[in-house]
Amino acid sequence: MNKTVNQKAWFFVLPVVALVAFNAIIPLMTVVNYSVQETFGDNVFFWSGVMWFEQVLTSSRFHEALGRQLFFTFTILIIEVPLGVLIALTMPRKGPWVPVCLVLMALPLLIPWNVVGAMWNIFALPDIGLMGRFLNEIGFDYNFTRQPEDAWFTLILMDVWHWTSLVVLLAYAGLVSIPDAYYQAAKIDGARPWAIFRYIQLPKMKRVLTIAILLRFMDSFNVYTELSVLTGGGPGNSTTLLSIDLVKIALGQFDLGPAAAMSLIYFLIILLLSWVFYSLMMRNEEQ
Amino acid sequence: MAKINLNGLRHAYGANPQADADWALKRLDVEWQDGGAYALLGPSGCGKTTLLNIISGLIRPTEGRVVFDGEDVTDLAPDDRHIAQVFQFPVVYDTMTVYDNLAFPLRNRGVSEDVVDQRVRAMADMLDLSSTLSRRASGLTADGKQKISLGRGLVREDVNVIMFDEPLTVIDPHLKWQLRSKLKELHQRVRATMIYVTHDQTEALTFADKVVVMKDGQVVQVGTPIDLFERPQHTFVGHFIGSPGMNVVPCAVDNGEARIGDRVVSTENAGAVPTGATGLEIGVRPEFVSFAEDGLPVSVTKVTDIGRFRIVDTSFEGRSIKLLANEGTPIPSENAHLAFRQDKTRIYENGWIVASEAGA
Repeated sequence: MNKTVNQKAWFFVLPVVALVAFNAIIPLMTVVNYSVQETFGDNVFFWSGVMWFEQVLTSSRFHEALGRQLFFTFTILIIEVPLGVLIALTMPRKGPWVPVCLVLMALPLLIPWNVVGAMWNIFALPDIGLMGRFLNEIGFDYNFTRQPEDAWFTLILMDVWHWTSLVVLLAYAGLVSIPDAYYQAAKIDGARPWAIFRYIQLPKMKRVLTIAILLRFMDSFNVYTELSVLTGGGPGNSTTLLSIDLVKIALGQFDLGPAAAMSLIYFLIILLLSWVFYSLMMRNEEQ
Repeated sequence: MAKINLNGLRHAYGANPQADADWALKRLDVEWQDGGAYALLGPSGCGKTTLLNIISGLIRPTEGRVVFDGEDVTDLAPDDRHIAQVFQFPVVYDTMTVYDNLAFPLRNRGVSEDVVDQRVRAMADMLDLSSTLSRRASGLTADGKQKISLGRGLVREDVNVIMFDEPLTVIDPHLKWQLRSKLKELHQRVRATMIYVTHDQTEALTFADKVVVMKDGQVVQVGTPIDLFERPQHTFVGHFIGSPGMNVVPCAVDNGEARIGDRVVSTENAGAVPTGATGLEIGVRPEFVSFAEDGLPVSVTKVTDIGRFRIVDTSFEGRSIKLLANEGTPIPSENAHLAFRQDKTRIYENGWIVASEAGA
């Protein structure tokens, strides 16, 4: 059979190629380029091989930032996912309150990220902030600008406030897609609420929860705006997560090579962990 | 096992029903005998599923009582009524194995494991699921899943009634027949009261000993498949059951004589028609119409060959009358006349049969 060959088709792919090139490939290759070179200014570059990668991977500064990052990510996941599911379970499935609940839930997601940071910064200020002042009034020695534990507490609280809604909305979408017949069958089978959750709701929410966990995982690894406005990584380096550290190296110290190497490592970690998590969830699905 | 009575049942989904149209179910009094196989037949939206959910306790009726074996269960929850229900779309617990699915209703009721094991294996055997017991339920085909739903209902020993809500909708056509005969076989073995909701007349007529035909929230007729065929109480039943449906032709009755146009037609119950009645129609099934030397003069408009016999469309003064002709029967091309079998030709008043001396 003769196939019609029409090379003009390539022409139609061009816009996409250009778009992807400009927004992904070229910036990424620039970073790769920086990561394997050394410069002493004046736009003169020398080949440096994997030197920067070795430096980043062996630096205790990177290890500490990564450790804080993992702690942050897993803490917020452990709080936000169960909390989100719990809230979604209490939301009405039908009736006039549904849109009200949905809008209330979506509100934190609609606020610009730097505003979230600024809001919480002021809210938590120990002398004038509503929460900061209140905590001190009732006897806590709370000062997030000086004490690392307080800074962490505020940071996690802010993230939970900001992002639990996303988990709620996704979990809710999973819940409302369960046909009524399942609940009716469970009633007839004499299932108690826990059994309904365990054998109907949770399995049916699995896909959306996988997405929710992945999104929250990636986003929390990339968290920057709110964090930089709230604590700026301080006090000291106590809340300096990977993104804050990266900006300090790249723009504060202008160490392009190490910053580029760190970006790539950072990117690969997210990619690797997401892939591992996703394939674990999906392998389970196929059984 | 139980006898079920529905006494003065009415149901409306909205609050404060006023008009007739507000009622999804209009006043029902039905009795379902213990161990019977019933079908609830009617077009979509006629209230079948509502009625089913009232019996199972998923919906509380606005008015009236549901009585199982003399005990009023109107206010009881579904799992206190000991009923089982199979839904239109198969409901299985995806993460469990077939075994655990079947065991679920028993375990929820705290039955001991060795009894569970014995019941589940017996049930799997009955439903031909034994070879798949250790498989995940989510991997089964639609008919397998539907068997699991059925098994979860039957596995309990105390089941009063098993209800089916159009259970074959998502089953492949060639498996429908198999599953249907399986159901019939199961009914013979367990002798539980079964109520089968469907809008498919073949399913209803093959499954049930008695068929309840519904229309617009009302029961139009309760009867054996033969009753429904030979003596439809309402032109709707005549239309809905049978393929093609009953011929319904407007008529007039004077002095105990029915006329279509100016032709007299002999019927079973013309004598019982009250004087001054309006909205009169003659109903006769195509099976009971034949060509004759003399009778209603018609012209043949269409002949459809459907295998064992032919459907002949004829027309009398613009009114269409169908009849069935066997393969050998010659079909006159002109001067055709029709004869109706008198004992199967009846007069309906505003849709309802006119009661004759022969009794309803």
